[in-house]
Amino acid sequence: MLQPVIGLEVHAQLLTRTKIFCGCSTAFGAPPNTQVCPVCLGLPGALPALNRAVVELAVRAGKAFACRIAGRSVWSRKNYFYPDLPKGYQITQFDLPICAGGAVDVPGLRKVQLTRIHLEEDAGKSVHAEGGSEVDLNRSGVPLIEIVGEPVLRSSEEASEYLKALRLALVYLGVNDGNLEEGSFRCDANVSVHEPSAKLGTRVELKNINSFRFVRQAIDYEIARQVAALGRGERIIQETRLYDHEKNETRAMRSKEEANDYRYFPEPDLPPLVVSPAWIDAVQVPRLPNEITAGLLAAGVAPADARTIVGDPRLAALHARLGDPRRAAHFIVGELSRALNDREVNLDALAFEPAQVAEAWALQDAGTISSTGLKEVLAELIRTGKPPAQTVLERGLAQVQDLAALDAVVDAVLARYPSEAGKYQAGKKTLLGFLVGAAMKELKGKGNPSALNALFRARLGG
Amino acid sequence: MAIDRAQVRHVARLARLRLSAAEEELYAAQLGAVLGYLERLAAVDVSSVEPLSFAGDEGSSLREDVARSGLSREQALAAAPQHDAQAFVVPRIIE
Amino acid sequence: MVSGLGEVAAGLSKGALQPSELLEACLTRIAALDDKLHAFLRLTERTARAAAKAADLRRAARQPLSAIDGVPIALKDNFCMEGVETTCGSRILQGYVPPYDATAVARLEAAGAVIVGKLNMDEFAMGSSTENSAFGPTRNPWDLSRTPGGSSGGSAAAVAAGLVPGALGTDTGGSIRQPASLCGCVGLKPTYGRVSRYGVIAFASSLDQVGPLAPDVQGVALLLQSIAGQDERDQTSSARPVPSYGELLEKSVRGLTIGVPKELFAEGLDGQVERAVRAAMARLEEDGCTLKPISLPNAPHAIAAYYLVATAEASSNLARYDGVRFGHRAQADSLLEMYQATRAEGFGAEVKRRIMLGTYALSAGYYDAYYLRAQKVRTLIRRDFEQAFAAGVDAVVSPTCPTTAFRLGEKSGEPLAMYLSDVYTVPANLAGLPGISVPCGFDQGGLPIGVQLVGRPFDEGTLLRLARAAERGREQRTPEGF
Repeated sequence: MLQPVIGLEVHAQLLTRTKIFCGCSTAFGAPPNTQVCPVCLGLPGALPALNRAVVELAVRAGKAFACRIAGRSVWSRKNYFYPDLPKGYQITQFDLPICAGGAVDVPGLRKVQLTRIHLEEDAGKSVHAEGGSEVDLNRSGVPLIEIVGEPVLRSSEEASEYLKALRLALVYLGVNDGNLEEGSFRCDANVSVHEPSAKLGTRVELKNINSFRFVRQAIDYEIARQVAALGRGERIIQETRLYDHEKNETRAMRSKEEANDYRYFPEPDLPPLVVSPAWIDAVQVPRLPNEITAGLLAAGVAPADARTIVGDPRLAALHARLGDPRRAAHFIVGELSRALNDREVNLDALAFEPAQVAEAWALQDAGTISSTGLKEVLAELIRTGKPPAQTVLERGLAQVQDLAALDAVVDAVLARYPSEAGKYQAGKKTLLGFLVGAAMKELKGKGNPSALNALFRARLGG
Repeated sequence: MAIDRAQVRHVARLARLRLSAAEEELYAAQLGAVLGYLERLAAVDVSSVEPLSFAGDEGSSLREDVARSGLSREQALAAAPQHDAQAFVVPRIIE
Repeated sequence: MVSGLGEVAAGLSKGALQPSELLEACLTRIAALDDKLHAFLRLTERTARAAAKAADLRRAARQPLSAIDGVPIALKDNFCMEGVETTCGSRILQGYVPPYDATAVARLEAAGAVIVGKLNMDEFAMGSSTENSAFGPTRNPWDLSRTPGGSSGGSAAAVAAGLVPGALGTDTGGSIRQPASLCGCVGLKPTYGRVSRYGVIAFASSLDQVGPLAPDVQGVALLLQSIAGQDERDQTSSARPVPSYGELLEKSVRGLTIGVPKELFAEGLDGQVERAVRAAMARLEEDGCTLKPISLPNAPHAIAAYYLVATAEASSNLARYDGVRFGHRAQADSLLEMYQATRAEGFGAEVKRRIMLGTYALSAGYYDAYYLRAQKVRTLIRRDFEQAFAAGVDAVVSPTCPTTAFRLGEKSGEPLAMYLSDVYTVPANLAGLPGISVPCGFDQGGLPIGVQLVGRPFDEGTLLRLARAAERGREQRTPEGF
């Protein structure tokens, strides 16, 4: 039985304001060639000037994944010609990367070991048309970390789980925005198959995989292709293949036919990168998703709810600010999720303050509003940010809690429905709801239901 | 050290230089002569010597992550042999 | 004709000279004489006149920006200057107008210097004779049948012929010092990292350094003062403070120790050159310096290490000339053809030769044997100097070049012979050390000879002091017809 072996290389764009070697903006979506300067255009004479924040974020990721952080790492040039590579070389790290080793914790799987994390610059973008190709260099020089995982994944599902866990961790770290559609989190996969008793098979590199679904499809296709080829007695060629998600197939890249000889050598325009122990110590690492999940479970939040909350860092951040973990979880997976489904709320610009949710809870705790009233108050709060007390007032949600007033209504109901009262006393206990309902109707819905329940029971003898 | 025309062709391809047959011939001879001279380095004992790839001061100060204005698109494209007012244009890239 | 940049600065300071008059005098001389030399590739008369006018006002108000406010300066054509064509001596950059200034240019302008124009050079600074310029060779003012050296041949010829009182050049393996020596002017290659390389078109990044040329040591000191210092755009530039070179210049050389390396007075050295250099050494001894025999055992490997490191870096630095964003593009239907034809048409023979050599040295299977080994030899060469300095040597003396200026075409068919003429200058680049060439006499044919001094890292001050002493006793001549 042939066993697949998969290793993933992830390119994650670092969340900096400016590019790795120049002061141009990294913002996505600007018109072509409007975020460029002599450095990222590769003009004659221009030199790279390393951005401090890039180093900071790489160290943060390295610490979070327990990598060894190099006190001195070296920049290298990877030489090749391509129209979107302005200098004719990419500045990257080769034999002395900033981070080595480490592992990513994948829930439900295991720790997936990392080979290394290194810093590099992104290339520009080419758009291919009939008459020629257009080159936009806004992305040229955008900072990336390449996270190279050990080839230890055994299936496309494992690969996908690993990627999801890695992406979420990077988002929590504030290192990457996790946006696959905009290309700020990209993945190449190295796939081979072998008999478990034999040594590893020839690996094929898959490029251009830009969604979790495509990762699974591309890997599955490639495993099947290799198994079939070996079954026919063919040999697997070490090559780079492009995944075409429209046809759901991989095909060899023509431009890579020529054996690559990148002629790496140390980048003479940049001194070696020196990161002092004091600097490494000073880099703060936010809590990772698995730590936050463990905290929620310990506080009694249901596992499914914890998954939902931690799955979106914005929900987790909100949860942390709401107080009472279980009640907050219910609020998030309840009212807030409903509002999100109904597109009544924007998680990036909430209309309310977390403290206002606590105000609404306090109104219920004091008996001022019922649980139904609370739902209404919260829905309004989420939608408009209106203070809970104001909603209670405007909508008349406050309950009648004056026992004398309630008692009078109870008297009136019992007088109007003597036969129902009698049947209740004879044992038909379900009629209590009818009686309370009638009283509520009398009170226009503002009676405190538990107080009414107690009054009826007392009057009718249990 | 001799270097043959096939090697010259391979290197020229890596460097994206089109060479005429005469140039291939000439460079094979000239590079062979220069490489022959450079062979003398093989005799130097460099065991336990670290390479010197950077001759300056290490630990230079880094750039703060602050945006600065670059070039306008007109400036960026001004020197391009071919552009369409938005992007640089090259012969169609085949992947 | 002006005799030295120091005198020019003094004249401006006293009000005896006006920047605009000075500029017009330079422009007149260039118009009259540069046809013979071909030192200039282009003039920037319009902006220069405006800059000189502004300097006139500052000088009249006695509020100069610096000691060189109003001094006309010319630039080797590898310095980017916004709005001014910059070719680096190459057809591939013909017509290229950079949208930004090199830091050294911006600093010169901030000091009030008047940029007069751009000077000829070997294509991409690859050469020792300025014959590799795509725009025709420059000639030596001392003998028009001879080369001015290179690659900053235009800079040295213009200064030596008195067309401008100062110029900037770049030095990767001797490209300032060698032409200064062959043209009879002073040329300084500062310590690696002393002057920003931002905006200077690269040849070999770990070796390139910007430096001044002037008729006099004081002029070189004044120019260095205005361009030296850290630049945030070049992270290989050093944060070390820049001393006041003018003050250091005036200190006595008494008590300084000068190392005399036997390896740099060895075979291949012309007898007349050696005599002139030794005479300069004797003058320094009279001034109170001690001459101390030393050894730089790895210096004989310098040329081999240099040509591997320099060409490897160049092969990568020159990859950006691909016809996509600027410069020449050949007509072609496919991308590959476009690259290959553009570069074949745009680069000259020597540049192609070096790109080939450097690509080969970095390619799979050869990296360790060539590039890596060369970088290790570089460490050994630097160690040799460090040991000499540790033993109390303040500067190492040698000839700048093994011979005086050679004839045009004399070495152009033999790349290796041309490479070997850099034998004395290359070690300072490999070790990142400052070096200066000062005129010290003439051969029987009346061609100038230069003496080289190489100092400790960032100790340009001591070099300038010694150079000042060395220039005092020398015979002063002017090239005939200039």
